Amino acid sequence: MITVENIKKRFGDEEILKGISTVFEKGKTNLIIGQSGSGKTVMLKCLLGLFKPEEGLIYYENEAIQNMDDEQQRNLREEIGMLFQGGALFDSMTIEENVMFPLRMFSRQKKSEMLERVNEVLERVNLGGVNKKYPSEISGGMQKRVSIARAIVNKPKYLFCDEPNSGLDPKTATVIDNLIQEITHENDITTVVVTHDMNSVMEIGENIVFLKNGVLVWQGSNKEIFSTDNQDVTDFVYSSDLFKKIRDIQIKEQ
Amino acid sequence: MAYLEDIGSYFLMLKRTFGSFTKRSVLKELIFKEIDDLIIGSLGIVVFISFFVGGVIAIQTALNVDNPIIPKSLIGYATRQSIILEFAPTFMSIIMAGKVGSFITSSIGSMRVTEQIDALEVMGINSLNYLVFPKIVALMFFPFVIALSMFIGITGGLLAGVYGGFTTYTDFTTGLQDSFDSFHLVYAFIKTFVFAFILATVPSWQGYYMKGGALEVGKASTNSFVWTSVLIILFNFIITQLLLS
Repeated sequence: MITVENIKKRFGDEEILKGISTVFEKGKTNLIIGQSGSGKTVMLKCLLGLFKPEEGLIYYENEAIQNMDDEQQRNLREEIGMLFQGGALFDSMTIEENVMFPLRMFSRQKKSEMLERVNEVLERVNLGGVNKKYPSEISGGMQKRVSIARAIVNKPKYLFCDEPNSGLDPKTATVIDNLIQEITHENDITTVVVTHDMNSVMEIGENIVFLKNGVLVWQGSNKEIFSTDNQDVTDFVYSSDLFKKIRDIQIKEQ
Repeated sequence: MAYLEDIGSYFLMLKRTFGSFTKRSVLKELIFKEIDDLIIGSLGIVVFISFFVGGVIAIQTALNVDNPIIPKSLIGYATRQSIILEFAPTFMSIIMAGKVGSFITSSIGSMRVTEQIDALEVMGINSLNYLVFPKIVALMFFPFVIALSMFIGITGGLLAGVYGGFTTYTDFTTGLQDSFDSFHLVYAFIKTFVFAFILATVPSWQGYYMKGGALEVGKASTNSFVWTSVLIILFNFIITQLLLS
């Protein structure tokens, strides 16, 4: 579980996060949604410790990241898996080396044990037989799956995903969404996904945090988001023609 | 003010580079890889340039020494002094700023743009130690490249001088040995170590702290070459003043 208490972050004169408090629950896919520029990625980077908020605290379980010394922060980061928007695979390494990387850095396992674990997670993301290829030799969707494999190879307690579906076709995007949710439930980990994709919201949004201009304006599940009367949320949800049409059909049926 | 900030961030980068070390077995592999990329990969161009520039120095010296009072051994002497004191350590370093420096900046810059550096940081790895430290260690082998450049340059001068009909083998080798001061070699290698450190760290700083996309990676590589060259020239002057004057 990750608890956020009144975090504020500014760049120069501009305040990006204006006192956000929320809880990201364990064993659930927690989504941070909102329009571009709402502060989603800044919040994610604050959670990861890549940005230091000027005010507020972020607790991993009961320990505030701001109160941890360097050693504790390093230990915490070993428990974090991250799926970056572009995959962020190391292009000088093969797929196998990419996935093995966290194990090589932090575990004392033998190479054969590491290889076994790498093959296990690659199979889990349905990517057998690509071990010796380089990231540039596989598709964007496959790169995302390799990135998920790398994120979970060290059995993390926390999984962060930044726009996991960007640049993917709807079918592949659904595969990635489902994979993230299945991994979250299987391993009982705390997953935080930053997205503005409404399909992801519908598919995997078990706990949704909606940001607007750096303020948390709504929180709920994917079942509640379509029935809320919060104007900011409905404006966001029904900005898509598809969702507008679905809503109109539902109204007509009623 | 911006320059002061840049200088400050350069020194902070150095501090972080020598802290929180990467796992030893991984670091060893990275160092060997960097030696292969930065040192072994540069040998071809170093040999090619040194050989022909050595030849040109010998020919130009010979063409400008037409007074019969001046001995022909001066060609060997001038070739040796030019190559050991300036060409091999300084100008070869500037050439390497173009080859090695641009490579370092663009590879680190591309990693910044594609969030690979963020990925390292999120994993709890000191990205500066992981990326920059192996380059510094690898470039500590740079003096070997310069020693090779000196040898090949003088050989080029000898071959061009003798086979071009400008001097004899005996005259050239007499000149090579004439008034030889071994401190000149010490001076050249001290310079080389300083230039190697500049070559490893300044392009790394340019790449690591760049912002933007692919276009900015190109701009950072250009800036890297300019600033590395400027610093090499500047430190060349300072070290020469300190050690030779």
